[in-house]
Amino acid sequence: MEGELAQLGQYIGAGLAGIGSGAAAIGVGHVAGNFLSGALRNPSAAGGQTAMLFIGIAFAEALGIFSFLVALLLMFAV
Amino acid sequence: MATEAAPGEETGGLVFHPLDQFIVKPLFNPEGAVHWYTITNVTLWLALAVVAIVALFVLGTRGRAMVPSRSQSIGEVLYGFTYKMVEDVAGKDAIKFFPYIMTLFMFILFSNYLGLIPASFATTSHIAVTGVLALAVFLTVTIVGFVKNGVGFLGLFWVSSAPLVLRPILAIIELISYFVRPVSHSIRLGGNIMAGHAVMKVFAGFAAVAAISPFAVLSITAIYGLEMLVAGVQAYVFTILTCVYLKDALHPSH
Amino acid sequence: MASETDNVAAGAADAAAAPGMPQLDFSTFGNQIFWLVVTLVVIYFVLTRIALPRIAGVLNDRQSSITNDIAAAEDLKQKAVEAEEAYNQALIDARAKAQDIIAEAKAEIQADLDEAAAKADAEIAARTAESEKAIAAIRDGAVESVKVVAKDVAQDVVASMGFSADAKAVTAAVTARMKG
Repeated sequence: MEGELAQLGQYIGAGLAGIGSGAAAIGVGHVAGNFLSGALRNPSAAGGQTAMLFIGIAFAEALGIFSFLVALLLMFAV
Repeated sequence: MATEAAPGEETGGLVFHPLDQFIVKPLFNPEGAVHWYTITNVTLWLALAVVAIVALFVLGTRGRAMVPSRSQSIGEVLYGFTYKMVEDVAGKDAIKFFPYIMTLFMFILFSNYLGLIPASFATTSHIAVTGVLALAVFLTVTIVGFVKNGVGFLGLFWVSSAPLVLRPILAIIELISYFVRPVSHSIRLGGNIMAGHAVMKVFAGFAAVAAISPFAVLSITAIYGLEMLVAGVQAYVFTILTCVYLKDALHPSH
Repeated sequence: MASETDNVAAGAADAAAAPGMPQLDFSTFGNQIFWLVVTLVVIYFVLTRIALPRIAGVLNDRQSSITNDIAAAEDLKQKAVEAEEAYNQALIDARAKAQDIIAEAKAEIQADLDEAAAKADAEIAARTAESEKAIAAIRDGAVESVKVVAKDVAQDVVASMGFSADAKAVTAAVTARMKG
């Protein structure tokens, strides 16, 4: 019984951790959208800032990956 | 807990083993033990990355043509791209680290794309691999920082533009973020690659059910396209973050 | 974490059957790290010893040859500009010379023309004078004749009316009439 309860908790926790992926998606969208609006205001400066765009996306993306990792750990490693 | 992933206990008739593709096993004797010197599937795909790099950069450029052949111009583009990245992001005095960064970039790029070949093994999905890469960058950056700037490298943590009261707090935050760097650096790469492969595997599991298999196949196709993008972008991001850290080490003042 | 310790204890003999993330199977870390380091060292040496110098050399060669070509093109362009300038100068000179020649010819022709015109004018004036003289002579002659005829007619008219005409009076009367 206790084991089943723990398993239940694991699965619920993994599902909750999955929400983090959605949050990361919001973050990535925010970065990309703001970059685009800035680039449309000043297209000549946009070319030099694509590196910053990718860095920003990577930082936002990484946190989503962390939540995915937590989900995987809960599912398979605990 | 040891029994949870056993095939018999999977419910609903769907069998998911999204992580089985990452298992390291000896190449010639799948049941044998994995010693540090054993030739495993990791070894095979690392070696293939080396072969691909040699093929592109040594065999591809052997013409040394003034008007480049196809493979030579790919090599030149990668060279120019990385060189410009190092120069732009890390500064002119970081050029002497260019071969080091080029090695990292080429290894990650080729490993990522080789890992996308169906039935292949994605070496960069392993924390052991990306952890070593990130730790190597972390150690390089720290050592270079202290050798170049001496104690002045600690100025990286002392935000001189902030009010004096906040500086100790900021210093602690900066210190923590500095030591978290290798963790996030490695997990970003490994996690992205692992996530993509695992998701594809999950959809492959759905393909076993006839009713949704067309949807599953379409999804795998779409995600494969996304993973092609992610493979390139993550290699680029790993490299450019290395350049950013290197810039911090060479010019620690905020 | 129980499964992990089990795994490590059992080695990776049945890794496929074991649960958990293969990424956290620490028994394979040594293997992966060893081969990774070998790979990286090989790549590093391949790149630094062969590939990068070669590509850098090729890029350098291309850059310098492009620079040379551009310089040569710049040179040729300069030469072309100079040639064009010389051509334009020659054109201007030729045009000026042509203008001179035209002006000279014009002046010569003008002079000839003036001379001829003057000659013609003189001739015309001489002829006019001559003709005027002739006309005057003819007119004088005509007036004399009219006087004589008038005198004769007047004498005849007077004689026919039965009077003897005084020649002097007739002449005076005719002269007075001719004036009137």
